[in-house]
Amino acid sequence: MLEIRNLHAQVGDKEILKGIDLTINDGEIHALMGTNGAGKSTLSNVIVGNPNYEVTKGSIIFNGQDLLSMNTEERAHAGIFMSFQAPIEIPGVSMTNFMRAAVNARREAQGKEPLKSTDFLKMMREKRKLVEIDQKLMNRSVNEGFSGGERKRNEIFQMAMLNPTFCILDETDSGLDVDALRIVAEGFNKLRTPGTSALVITHYQRLLDYIRPHFVHVLIDGKIVKTGGPDLAQKIENNGFDWIKEGLMNA
Amino acid sequence: MMKSEKQYIEFYQEASSIIKERSCPVMNAVRDAAFRQFESSGFPTRKVERYRYTDVDTVFAPNYGISLTPITITPSPFIFHLKDAPINVSPYYNRVANTKDSITALNTMLSHDALLIYVPPYTKVESPIAIDNWLRGKEDTMMNRRFLIILDKGAEATIIISDRMAPPSQAIDHHLSEASPLLEKSEKRKYLTTQVIEVCCHDNAHLDLYEIEETTSLCSRFSNVYIKVGRDSSVRHNSITLFNGLTRNLCDVYLTDTNSQVTLNGCAIGSANQHIDNNTLIHHQAPCCQSNQLYKYVVDDQSVGAFAGKILVEKGAQQTTSQETNANLCASSEARVYTQPMLEIYADDVKCAHGSTVGVMDESALFYMRQRGIPEAEARTLLKNAFMGQVINSIQYEPLRQKLYVKVEKRFRGELDKCEDCRLCK
Ligand SMILES: Nc1ncnc2c1ncn2[C@@H]1O[C@H](COP(=O)(O)OP(=O)(O)OP(=O)(O)O)[C@@H](O)[C@H]1O
Ligand SMILES: [Mg+2]
Repeated sequence: MLEIRNLHAQVGDKEILKGIDLTINDGEIHALMGTNGAGKSTLSNVIVGNPNYEVTKGSIIFNGQDLLSMNTEERAHAGIFMSFQAPIEIPGVSMTNFMRAAVNARREAQGKEPLKSTDFLKMMREKRKLVEIDQKLMNRSVNEGFSGGERKRNEIFQMAMLNPTFCILDETDSGLDVDALRIVAEGFNKLRTPGTSALVITHYQRLLDYIRPHFVHVLIDGKIVKTGGPDLAQKIENNGFDWIKEGLMNA
Repeated sequence: MMKSEKQYIEFYQEASSIIKERSCPVMNAVRDAAFRQFESSGFPTRKVERYRYTDVDTVFAPNYGISLTPITITPSPFIFHLKDAPINVSPYYNRVANTKDSITALNTMLSHDALLIYVPPYTKVESPIAIDNWLRGKEDTMMNRRFLIILDKGAEATIIISDRMAPPSQAIDHHLSEASPLLEKSEKRKYLTTQVIEVCCHDNAHLDLYEIEETTSLCSRFSNVYIKVGRDSSVRHNSITLFNGLTRNLCDVYLTDTNSQVTLNGCAIGSANQHIDNNTLIHHQAPCCQSNQLYKYVVDDQSVGAFAGKILVEKGAQQTTSQETNANLCASSEARVYTQPMLEIYADDVKCAHGSTVGVMDESALFYMRQRGIPEAEARTLLKNAFMGQVINSIQYEPLRQKLYVKVEKRFRGELDKCEDCRLCK
């Protein structure tokens, strides 16, 4: 599904990603862990095409397509979704209008007619139940006055509406209380089809108890320095990153 | 003196007798004085404080051909030709308007017909009074429109004045046939309009006044609105520039007695080379009055938006509350915004605030929407719409508010001038 080769990226003059190689096959869940500032969110932003990040070297192939030659919305239409680490507010744009525009843009890209208003509202209702998000929040502007946890829940609600095939969860667990984490994670699992893949960025094991990764990668200073199975996450939870860093220095 | 006023002076010297013949005594009584005023002062240069942002001379220089056709009025118990006024209008006509302003002077000397809206005491007009200024004709034209609006004691009304192109029947022609000569032609014609609206709102009267411009990039409009408010009254004026060429709106308000309120709201949308200049002056002359102003602009491409608004609190106007806000969204790097909120206070017990902001498109919001698959152009439209929402939300008359939601959105999509399902407009 996703093939990242020797990816280098920078913000301004500062190189942040220093040669990333990562392959994610259909149906695989990959966890990405690493120290603060290592470049995890940068990698996510580069995958979805945030114009603030400049790719200087390397390639990303998504289902055979050259992702780097596509703009942000084309990548979204191809099935890529990112749950933002810090979702922003968009005052004055209602959740409903925002979702309608997103859903219909996706449909248009697929050559489908826009959804009828009644069908759209029905879909909103159904998906809302999945992540147990309050109807009241839907009457507000996008994320306006939402608590930290509500914003994260709203991200997964949007994912439910858009049916992506590749999801990036950038610290979706942070800010969620214990119950909310379970609801959101279970919601995510319900949405998954056998072909759905995900890159799950987290600092904690608890999210991975719900969303079981096939692989765990450790990103430090712009490079993936270690890859392992699910037990690697538990080891990091217990011991931190120092042992990995030490291993790097000794090598 | 500049040359552009010459043709108007000469026109008046030749045609004043015809104008007077077609007009009525109340209007003629002040005509020559207005002419002398115009003749001596000419058009304002950009050095004149209230004309800093609009170049009058260039607009008035061409010869448009001055229209002397009478106004056709929609039958209504509240609308009259001034000459048929049911009351004595001489205490009102050209009283609150100020002919020291050259545009007002020019309008006073050239307008031969005026429209009166009179609402008798304690009358509540249920459905809005709608006035449509259709711009049409096969030739370039200069029009001088004049309105007098009087709300007598305890009267209430909603008035909607619209500037628009060609009547709906032609739009249907456009829909049905490839040849619609009238619409085609009027869209290609240059129109110059001067307009003076005088409003007199007596005690305990309530007026909701809307002005909506939806013309073409070849239209120039100079509109001066003068509002005099009595005691315990309220006036709301909404100025909405949906589509235009060059527009200069002036609004002067006189709060002459206690306990009244005035709200001036403006929505200005510019693209291409459009120019929108709103200039307001609120005279707080009496105690315990309130004024609120909210003008929002979205300027794109190379368009220009200007706002200058002054709140003048006179000596006796204690316990004045006044708020003035001008917020601008610059959607392109070539668009320009000039903003100048001003406060002049001669009383000590007042609460006044004014402020202005100029912002650009929120890049992170754009990115967020695009990540969800919303194309960039659509995302921009949503943000512009959101920005303008506040002004449209403030519209009291519900059906108009709903209509404007749709129109504003269409405007941002660049679809305002397209008829629905029209082959020609595709
Ligand atoms: N827009 C930006 N402008 C300047 N520096 C940036 C920008 N985005 C990221 N950086 C820098 O790049 C580095 C990597 O940031 P990134 O957000 O990718 O880290 P992260 O691994 O997601 O960290 P965290 O675990 O704290 O979320 C940091 O040093 C950060 O300050
Ligand atoms: Mg991060």
